[in-house]
Amino acid sequence: MHTLRRYRLTMVIFIVTTTSVAVGLMSYALRENINLFYTPSSVISGDAPVNVTIRIGGMVVKDSLTRSKQSLQSTFRVTDGKSEVDVYYDGILPDMFSEGEGAVATGEINGDLVFIASSILAKHDENYMPPEVTYALDEAAK
Amino acid sequence: MVAEFGHFSLIIALFIALMQTVIPQIGASIKNQLWMSCARPLVLAQSLFILLSFICLVFLFINDDFSVRYVAENSNTLLPDRYKISAVWGAHEGSLLLWVLILAFWSLAVSMFSSKLPIQLVARVLAVLGFISVGFYLFMLFTSNPFDRSLPYFLTEGADLNPLLQDVGLIFHPPILYMGYVGLSVAFAFSVAALLNGSIDSAWARWVKPWTLIAWMFLTLGISLGSWWAYYELGWGGWWFWDPVENASLMPWLVCTALIHSLSVTEKRGAFASWTLLLAIMAFSLSLLGTFLVRSGVLTSVHAFATDPTRGIFILIFLIVVIGGSLLLFAFRGPTKKSSSKFSSLSKELFILANNLILIIITAVILLGTLYPLIADVLGWGKISVGPPYFNLFFVPLTLLLGLLMPVASILRWKKTPRLNILKYFNGPLILSVIIGGSFPLMYESYEPIAVVSIFISSWIILITLRDIGHKSSTKVSILDGLKRIKISYWGMVTAHIGVAICIIGVGLTTAYSIQRDVRMLPGETISLANYQFEFVTIEPYEGPNYIADQATVLVTKKNSTIALLKPQKRRYFSSGQTMTEASIDSSIFRDLYIALGEPLQGDAWAIRIYIKPFVMWIWIGALFIAMGAVLASLDGRFKKIQ
Amino acid sequence: MVQLVNKLKFFLPLTIFTGITFFLIVALDRDPNYMPSTLLDRPVPAFSLSVLGNESEFIDEKIFMGEPSLLNVWATWCFSCRIEHPFLHQLSLQGIRIIGLNYKDNTFKAKNWLDEKKDPYILSLVDQKGIFAMDLGVFGAPETYMIDSRGIIRHKHVGIIDDLVWSESLMPIWKSLK
Repeated sequence: MHTLRRYRLTMVIFIVTTTSVAVGLMSYALRENINLFYTPSSVISGDAPVNVTIRIGGMVVKDSLTRSKQSLQSTFRVTDGKSEVDVYYDGILPDMFSEGEGAVATGEINGDLVFIASSILAKHDENYMPPEVTYALDEAAK
Repeated sequence: MVAEFGHFSLIIALFIALMQTVIPQIGASIKNQLWMSCARPLVLAQSLFILLSFICLVFLFINDDFSVRYVAENSNTLLPDRYKISAVWGAHEGSLLLWVLILAFWSLAVSMFSSKLPIQLVARVLAVLGFISVGFYLFMLFTSNPFDRSLPYFLTEGADLNPLLQDVGLIFHPPILYMGYVGLSVAFAFSVAALLNGSIDSAWARWVKPWTLIAWMFLTLGISLGSWWAYYELGWGGWWFWDPVENASLMPWLVCTALIHSLSVTEKRGAFASWTLLLAIMAFSLSLLGTFLVRSGVLTSVHAFATDPTRGIFILIFLIVVIGGSLLLFAFRGPTKKSSSKFSSLSKELFILANNLILIIITAVILLGTLYPLIADVLGWGKISVGPPYFNLFFVPLTLLLGLLMPVASILRWKKTPRLNILKYFNGPLILSVIIGGSFPLMYESYEPIAVVSIFISSWIILITLRDIGHKSSTKVSILDGLKRIKISYWGMVTAHIGVAICIIGVGLTTAYSIQRDVRMLPGETISLANYQFEFVTIEPYEGPNYIADQATVLVTKKNSTIALLKPQKRRYFSSGQTMTEASIDSSIFRDLYIALGEPLQGDAWAIRIYIKPFVMWIWIGALFIAMGAVLASLDGRFKKIQ
Repeated sequence: MVQLVNKLKFFLPLTIFTGITFFLIVALDRDPNYMPSTLLDRPVPAFSLSVLGNESEFIDEKIFMGEPSLLNVWATWCFSCRIEHPFLHQLSLQGIRIIGLNYKDNTFKAKNWLDEKKDPYILSLVDQKGIFAMDLGVFGAPETYMIDSRGIIRHKHVGIIDDLVWSESLMPIWKSLK
């Protein structure tokens, strides 16, 4: 084959295969690695999937935080003004975490409708509210 | 008075920038020498006024003029002086002022170091830079004026700078990062000018390359400084979070890396001309897009200090004009002439093309991941966040592939390399790096594949590079003489490539062998972690200039000899009442010991987070090497001749 | 044919950019921080709260009946309220009826704050737990609700009220309430 043609052919094959592999992988990875957001109400009503990594958000209910005396385990409840979900977390709560304030938790719901959190995000300052919390409170008020 | 003066200077700078956009541009079109030569003095004048304006703002901060709203919101009488200065760019309005100031500096630099360039090109480049300045001036004056007064109400005390930002790293991080972001505007302006002039050749590539290299160096430093800051200041021990703001800085860097390589091809072989132009446009577009994403609040992230829809609309319009306009120009005026140079499958050109392709794919992946929550929201697929696993899944293998090809590309010849010679070159390094990579993890308790792969790739890069240096110097009279003859731009490339290898080692080993433990500890208690003993000695109150803190003392010992005395703090800032975790780190070349205070528990007990992070410093050392490589490459004699 | 493809190739970047821009425009429109009050054009929810400085006195939603008023959410922990405060005072001098809602605050500190600075409020309701605020849809402070003489919420403003905000957006609404 002519060198130029052969070179062009290799180029085209190279570009087409890499791009298609990349696109395929990307769509697969996006499906696997996105975390959907749910409100406490949808957890209670059973709309949120069990044993799948999701995020929930809302206000931390006053006087709901309890800490273990021996370890870093803690539990608290999160509300959107309508329903409350129990959250369990083993680790250090963020600086801005406090009762009566907004928080977003990432984790899974177990069979008893308890949210087992793997990470907790708290609001950043008094002027900032995680948009998901706003959304959850809005949805509940409807 | 000073505030009004600063505001007024800003307005004058806007008008000068307008003239700088229009006059040289028309001059270049009608080939009027006088009009074209106006560009340089106008740039100088604009720089002086914007500098004046900036000095005014610094003055207001130092003198605690809380009648100015921006000062009141971001400073405080208790704030130490160095933070009063860094508070100038600690929030939205001031950081924009810094942005335009730096843009003016770059424009000034271009106007000063371009005496040998054709005046028509210089006039057009400066006009494009002027246009970008105009956009930012209008943005500031209409939506985010740092000199706005909160009169007639006087405040005697300000709100204070966000405690997260009260840190040495944050004094330098934004200016350096902006030097990089804004520096990309030079390559962009050169590209637009080339499209308008309708010509692009090797000489053009030689003019653009040093500017691109310097911008890339600042971008490299800025990103790594940001990551280092996140590492020691956020208290989570991570150094990269795939946060939208981090992505916004990484994307232009990746495209700029591609640009530097493709510029070489355009310079040496006259090929890839339109591709190079496109990369230059893309690199700057992505840095503008980053600004939009951060400033408009369409993606809320840890870093977004200002969220305001009107600002978003303004930036978006600006984005459409600048990016859309330049891409439209590219579509119609892009050089369609096929390059006459041909190259075979074993040539530098092909490998650089592969490098570019991989870098662009990585960028596309990151862009998609960053925008995906927004796209999903618009299409009604629900509120979604894209987690780090998505980014890692692509970034890691593609970067390793890049590392695999990198040293091969660097030793291949242009056009065609004889196949036989080349195989001999790789056998030794390949076998050696397999051995090193395979045996390295034996020093640790567990055999981690990540460690094997990263050590293998970095040895591969370093060994081939060293061998090539040996090869290049051995053909001369003596090795020393040979080393002297090697061009400085080659040293630049070698340094940067070795920097990448060092980075890979750091990332790989930290990921594979980091140990993290969150524990509950009482004073006097000791825990053991990987041969280290951590004794929680005391917890005492500590008073800083504008905060009070609980300070823990943790004694670290190994085999009964003291390693370090770490004092992490939990701070509470007076003015805002915000709580901050101040981690304490004992850094050394082979490992970091990292301790952060969590929260007080019952009694005297505290939640404490302990990390042992091997080789983590290598990430930033590698970045320093890369930046140094860029400096060396830009010093090459062939760039000096043309300035 | 080949030439056409070659030419079209140059439009690809522009096309991709246009696509991204489309999403950015729509997304901007759906600003995640936009917080409409869910109670717009509905009556103030029922409440019974004590008055700051006179804890034995309880006030309910009837206080909003009769004449239009502003309900201003404030707290001593809120810095922006400090900036807003002098302007509220000026509004009260113009005869505008402002009722305060002291939100999740330390009552003692709140009293001191009003003693130190001038008190622009007819009275301040104490909502220490934020229960009434939750009913109202309060997200933070400062926030201001414009309520007409029949106790219907007509507008919600998030953030500081200053000269500019007042004269440009709030004053016209206020006039329409009268």
